Amino acid sequence: MNQCLQENWVFRLTTEGDAQAEALFELEDLLKRRLRRAFRSNAKVDDAFVDDVVQDSIVAILESITQFQGRSKFTTWATTIAIRIAITEMRRMRWKDTSLEQLLERSTEISKTIAVPQSSEIDFEKKQLVETMHRVIDEQLTEKQKLVLNAELQGMPQEEIGRRLGSNRNAIYKLVHDARKRLKKGMIDAGYTIDDLSFFQGAE
Amino acid sequence: MNIIDEKVQALLEMLSLTSDNEADCGDCLQHLAEFAETTLAGKSIPESLRHIDEHLQRCGECREEFQALKFALGEHVTGE
Ligand SMILES: [Zn+2]
Repeated sequence: MNQCLQENWVFRLTTEGDAQAEALFELEDLLKRRLRRAFRSNAKVDDAFVDDVVQDSIVAILESITQFQGRSKFTTWATTIAIRIAITEMRRMRWKDTSLEQLLERSTEISKTIAVPQSSEIDFEKKQLVETMHRVIDEQLTEKQKLVLNAELQGMPQEEIGRRLGSNRNAIYKLVHDARKRLKKGMIDAGYTIDDLSFFQGAE
Repeated sequence: MNIIDEKVQALLEMLSLTSDNEADCGDCLQHLAEFAETTLAGKSIPESLRHIDEHLQRCGECREEFQALKFALGEHVTGE
């Protein structure tokens, strides 16, 4: 990778003058083309959407430019930021009319989301596995962890769960990670192995 | 397989991919550009990016962003 070229982007974007205006123009143009290409098949992504995302992206890129470590092309790094901003906005629009209460209306408790199979056909071992999960969830997870894990299993993105709980995506990830670790440890303590869990995963 | 079973399967998959130390979505964003260039160039993933590969297996949101990034960059990332 041409280190000089990458540093040149940073230098031009952070040094006031004509070169900065030119670099901003080039970057905007590049991000617009790339966003259009990335979301070509999405009818909701029109020019106005792309323009807004690019404006927000430029602000975010300039704010975090010191975090660019030169391990990729500058433009690739800038594109990752623009893509995240675009998809975050799409998720916000897609979920804007759904509250956590509405989402969890049918399965208010995580134990209802992962219900014990009722059919008599179902094999005993599988039933036992789900019952053990219920017990471990009940004993080891906090109420907030149960709520967040339930919402995630029902398809709400972590970003959106965070928005509704006055939190953010990273904090929600950490909360769910801790919940997964507790549940995994609980299952292992109850006598299951990782192989057992993978086996059930593949079993009908 | 009914819808309830699907959720059990999803949770089991989450558990089988769980490890003590995981990169979060912030770490992923920080390294995604380098990860994308490496994979698009057809190179094998170095040890330093292994945690990003694992995060992408676990995190559907980052995976969706990675797919879009690959579309954005096109087939190759030379030039520009
Ligand atoms: Zn992620």
